[in-house]
Amino acid sequence: MSEPSLPTDAARPPSPPPLGLLAELTHRCPLQCPYCSNPLALERPKGELATDEWRRVLGEAADLGVLQLHLSGGEPTLRPDLEAIVAHAAQVGLYSNLITSGVALTEARLAALAHAGLAHVQISLQDTVAASADRLAHYQGAHARKLALAAAVRKAGLALTLNAPLHRHNVARTADFIELAVAIGARRLEVAHVQYYGWALANRAALMPTRAEVDASVRVVEAARARLKGILTIDLVLPDYYATRPKPCMGGWGRGIINVTPSGLALPCHAAQSIPGLVFDSVRARSLQEIWETSPAFAAFRGTGWMREPCLSCDRRERDWGGCRCQAFAVTGDARNADPACALSSHHADFTGAAAAEAASAPPEFRYRRFSGAPAVTVAE
Amino acid sequence: MAAIERAIIGEASRPRLARSVMLREDKARGAWRILAPERVFTPDPVAIEVLRLCDGQRDCAEIARVLALSYEADAGAILADILPMLQDLADKGVIEA
Repeated sequence: MSEPSLPTDAARPPSPPPLGLLAELTHRCPLQCPYCSNPLALERPKGELATDEWRRVLGEAADLGVLQLHLSGGEPTLRPDLEAIVAHAAQVGLYSNLITSGVALTEARLAALAHAGLAHVQISLQDTVAASADRLAHYQGAHARKLALAAAVRKAGLALTLNAPLHRHNVARTADFIELAVAIGARRLEVAHVQYYGWALANRAALMPTRAEVDASVRVVEAARARLKGILTIDLVLPDYYATRPKPCMGGWGRGIINVTPSGLALPCHAAQSIPGLVFDSVRARSLQEIWETSPAFAAFRGTGWMREPCLSCDRRERDWGGCRCQAFAVTGDARNADPACALSSHHADFTGAAAAEAASAPPEFRYRRFSGAPAVTVAE
Repeated sequence: MAAIERAIIGEASRPRLARSVMLREDKARGAWRILAPERVFTPDPVAIEVLRLCDGQRDCAEIARVLALSYEADAGAILADILPMLQDLADKGVIEA
């Protein structure tokens, strides 16, 4: 494995401002979903940014050109100052999305958030069957609470998105997720096959569906999209493992999104800390603009200057930006390699083969997402 | 709770921006944007003008008449142009009627 080397200044492309800020307000969460997108090494509550620090970061984000704020976690509603943060986002002109598990939010607090200027709420559902959903979240009664909150979001007049992370335990109920979204009155549904980084990579064998199951879910979504035009928008995210070309992860490294962790580290992607050799700046020490424009971690894989073959001469290099750097590192041992999701990668056959073999075997137990539950090593190929 | 139905936009519809949608200037990039759940749309100058007239009071025929004055064009022709645009915006959840 080699450390990522930085492109020279001459090759460093300009950095147009980001559209989105993903604010991980806390890594605390009542749920323990085995596909959590947080890093395996969760940040402790003690180091979390204070209200005034978040206010400053939001102001800097708006000045930089960020338009949308995604309030995430962990579970962002565990922050008692969420109303103040939302109010400040509205004041500086940011469009705010709340990405929540929905289990810790009362109707009264939701009304206060709406009053403070919240625009949109996204609630994740683990399954359409309560017993399975609660087992996945490792939280008794979670599903019922989520459905109650979804109804409250509609009652408050806020836009509602449901997020359905798909895997082998619920992929057969893709159509049920769609029906549930329509029945609840969501206008948007994310049918999002689990992306296998971090916790999900550690649980890959426990979660991986078969290719036939994935294909069936795609057919269900395509038929529903035609039927539900103007009623429900369905965004579909496919698992990399059955793809032939990678997705443009984060819209390209350092291109569209800044992620700020609970303690204030600015990352090009929420999983970026899994790549060794990158040094991340803190919003406590530098402004977002400085970080965006000059941080070596953001420059490391921005644009195409870092690429090697097969990305370097690929006519899709400015469409998929080489795919996911974190996945390239996790699977091939070198973050500058092509994403193994790409059929042009020399690792592609092993990559898809591993998934197919795991999907065909009985699923192992989950390793639930906990502060103390991080596996010592990530899954090797 | 009543099931949601697709909004069909006709000349008597009175469209307005959906509550979860913002039309705002993007000063950093010198453009206007429609901000919606997990979406950023970039409306063209005509769409911006139409959206500014979508106040929930005017119906589409009235919106076409206002535009006809500023463009010195036939209101009927403008109506025929803007109805598909408004239907598309309704299907995307940008406007309600």
